[in-house]
Amino acid sequence: MPEATEELCSLDRIDRIIDRYGGQRSALIQVLLDIQKEDKWLAEESLRHVASRLNVPLPQVYQVATFYKAFSLARRGRHLITVCMGTACHVRGSPRLFDRVSQKLGVGPGKTTHDGRFSLLTVNCMGCCALGPVLAIDEDYHSNPSAADLGRILSQYE
Amino acid sequence: MERFSSPRDLDQARQSAAQSRQGRLTLSLCSGTGCLANRSRPVYEALIAELDKAGAADKVIVKRTGCHGFCERGPILVVYPQEICYLSVQPDDVAEIVAKTVLKGELVDRLLWKQAGKTFTRQSDIPFYSHQTRQVLAHNSLMDPADIDDYIGYDGYAALADVLANRTPQQVIDEIKRADLRGRGGGGFPAGVKWETTRNAADPVKYVIVNGDEGDPGAYMDRSVLEGAPHSVLEGLIIGAYAIGATAGFFYIRQEYPLALTNTLKAIEQAEARGLLGDNILGSPFSFHVKVHQGAGAFVSGESSALVSAIEGRVGEPRLKYIRQSVSGLFGKPTCLNNVETWANVPLIIRNGADWFRATGTEGSKGTKIFSLVGQVEHTGLVEVPMGTTLRQIIYDIGGGIKSGRKFKAVQTGGPSGGCIPEAHLDTPVDFDALTQLGSMMGSGGMIVMDESSCMVDVARYFVEFLKEESCGKCLPCREGIREMVTILNRITQGQGRPGDIAFLEDIAVLLSEAALCGLGTSAANPVISTLRYFRDEYEAHIHAKTCPAGVCKALIAYTIDAERCQGCGACAKQCPTKAITGEKKAAHRIDQKKCVKCGVCLDACPKKYRAVAKVSSVSVVPEAVQTA
Ligand SMILES: Cc1cc2nc3c(=O)[nH]c(=O)nc-3n(C[C@H](O)[C@H](O)[C@H](O)COP(=O)(O)O)c2cc1C
Ligand code: FES
Ligand code: FES
Repeated sequence: MPEATEELCSLDRIDRIIDRYGGQRSALIQVLLDIQKEDKWLAEESLRHVASRLNVPLPQVYQVATFYKAFSLARRGRHLITVCMGTACHVRGSPRLFDRVSQKLGVGPGKTTHDGRFSLLTVNCMGCCALGPVLAIDEDYHSNPSAADLGRILSQYE
Repeated sequence: MERFSSPRDLDQARQSAAQSRQGRLTLSLCSGTGCLANRSRPVYEALIAELDKAGAADKVIVKRTGCHGFCERGPILVVYPQEICYLSVQPDDVAEIVAKTVLKGELVDRLLWKQAGKTFTRQSDIPFYSHQTRQVLAHNSLMDPADIDDYIGYDGYAALADVLANRTPQQVIDEIKRADLRGRGGGGFPAGVKWETTRNAADPVKYVIVNGDEGDPGAYMDRSVLEGAPHSVLEGLIIGAYAIGATAGFFYIRQEYPLALTNTLKAIEQAEARGLLGDNILGSPFSFHVKVHQGAGAFVSGESSALVSAIEGRVGEPRLKYIRQSVSGLFGKPTCLNNVETWANVPLIIRNGADWFRATGTEGSKGTKIFSLVGQVEHTGLVEVPMGTTLRQIIYDIGGGIKSGRKFKAVQTGGPSGGCIPEAHLDTPVDFDALTQLGSMMGSGGMIVMDESSCMVDVARYFVEFLKEESCGKCLPCREGIREMVTILNRITQGQGRPGDIAFLEDIAVLLSEAALCGLGTSAANPVISTLRYFRDEYEAHIHAKTCPAGVCKALIAYTIDAERCQGCGACAKQCPTKAITGEKKAAHRIDQKKCVKCGVCLDACPKKYRAVAKVSSVSVVPEAVQTA
């Protein structure tokens, strides 16, 4: 898919990220976080490039990329919907909120809709516990939207 | 930005910052994550536009502050010096606030807090605030976290200047030890002792670290301190570095907290520009540099040795405890790691003295503690109280009791390593020691209140499931023990519990506490043990009667429609995602239990005046497929 590679961090951009951290091996997690933030996932070629530039064995790069929850090795949708499953949200009904969103999108946790519009993710607290249950669409937070609210909110995204 | 080269420069800056505040109306708009979620940004924009229109822009100071604590009623706008507190402010309210309060000094009554027939004007008079003792959060409603001079104007960095000019490192350590400051990250280890061990370690290169991982779900104390008062944490860290003899320090901040990260980075940049951080701080021989490291989402990374591995760029797995961080920590060097709130208390202790700090709290736990009071409580938010305040005072006096008049069931403290405390123990004073005796712990400050609509078996299952995901898998007891507990708890909540299951859970709990490598594993059974201790009957109801008394466990409940009450309006059928509800218009509807996924949408959709949909839990309603499965 030629179109897919275009969306990715070009190797030049990855180089610039690595240079920002002075090329230090200990910056591995920080570098991956920056790439993840730009691309929303970590492609194999990105990981290979990071491994060779930081001089870290590729298995170690994969070990880090699979250990931490912030990283995704699968392509994600254009918008990330993150439902909080933290304790405060749980006791105020986040499992039901999650079901509502999941039903609406027709996908389960960690999955992306067929049109590539949304990925549905969960998180264990985003620090808005007083407003729970909460979900975030990219950087916008919503407190316990009803099924009707959801339809309206989701339709605003391309 | 002017660089200070002596304590005198700092003193002058403090005076001019305090002067510039004098006599001017200040509008403090909360711009913490909670209020931003409640749309405080458009309120800010409206405020700027409206003040401009009224020609009042240069008469008032508008500040975007960190969390005021009462997040549920955000966005919060406080007008100083009168301290008029407006809650749930929307962009449409701004014109009236400017016209009345800013221009004429009148109140906008509808935005003020009302409780028990009384109206409250001042923020500190509102019951949610008046029962608190705000020391660490004292200036959170007043300070712009993005402006170092604002912090300086409230005596910021005065403690650092004092330490550098007048005290030896040992004197600083002695003061912290005398204050009996215990770590706020959960363990309660005496900070002064840890500082001293690190100072006395032979290696001349030493590090200090701020633990801002805050992995405890449902807690956001550290987030709010870093967002609203990053300089107080930074000042504490610099003082600690001086006392310990560290030349470099790290902030470890979880990536779910972008605003805390931004504000911390800004604070570091400004402190460096002011000569309060970097080489020769305030003209003294002491130099100290700070870096920020972002977490990548792993609960276990908040454990000190795992956090150190993460800063080194490796997988954040804990190490055996006999290797002490204070002797061999980050990059093999002596390292002192403290929680965000622990560091934020340091400047207060230095400025006001150990005796002042000791005056608050209990015998074994001095000072205040910030709690995240959330869940099914009427008023949720962040509260700071003296150690030793009882659970009842926090939940009822500050939190206003249980939401919508339901009954209290339990309060969960201590995060995934903690436990659930029932009504009978609500008069227990909260400190490091008292809650541990109840089989829970104070932990870092999460306080999740639950009412009768929470199932305690489900809550235990929730925590153990969380820990299963978060266990790093390095040691066997944790990896396998937690997984086995999840299997059993899932079985129980699905109506397939077996008679020996409770005893089995208790056996695994003993194994975990004795054999796991780090705190995650050794305390993993706490949520199960504490719920078994106080709510054993609920486990038994699930196992023997196959019912969920709270009506939470999906396999043990069913939704039904009362044919008498149902008016056939069709509201439920329209919303049902699986088309399980059928019925003629104006005639009673029914739910096909085979199609029903128990999402509960019908219960919400049924008009309040009919209340025809009900959630039931008894064997007779559970579809046969489940009963026999
Ligand atoms: C599994 C696990 C997770 C932890 N997570 C955190 C955390 O998120 N924040 C924190 O400050 N301490 C956390 N701790 C405690 C730290 O290991 C350490 O004791 C603490 O940060 C020391 O600082 P303090 O003495 O100032 O509390 C965790 C401990 C364990 C075992
Ligand atoms: S528990 Fe959901 S935001 Fe904290
Ligand atoms: S974020 Fe505004 S009050 Fe907490």
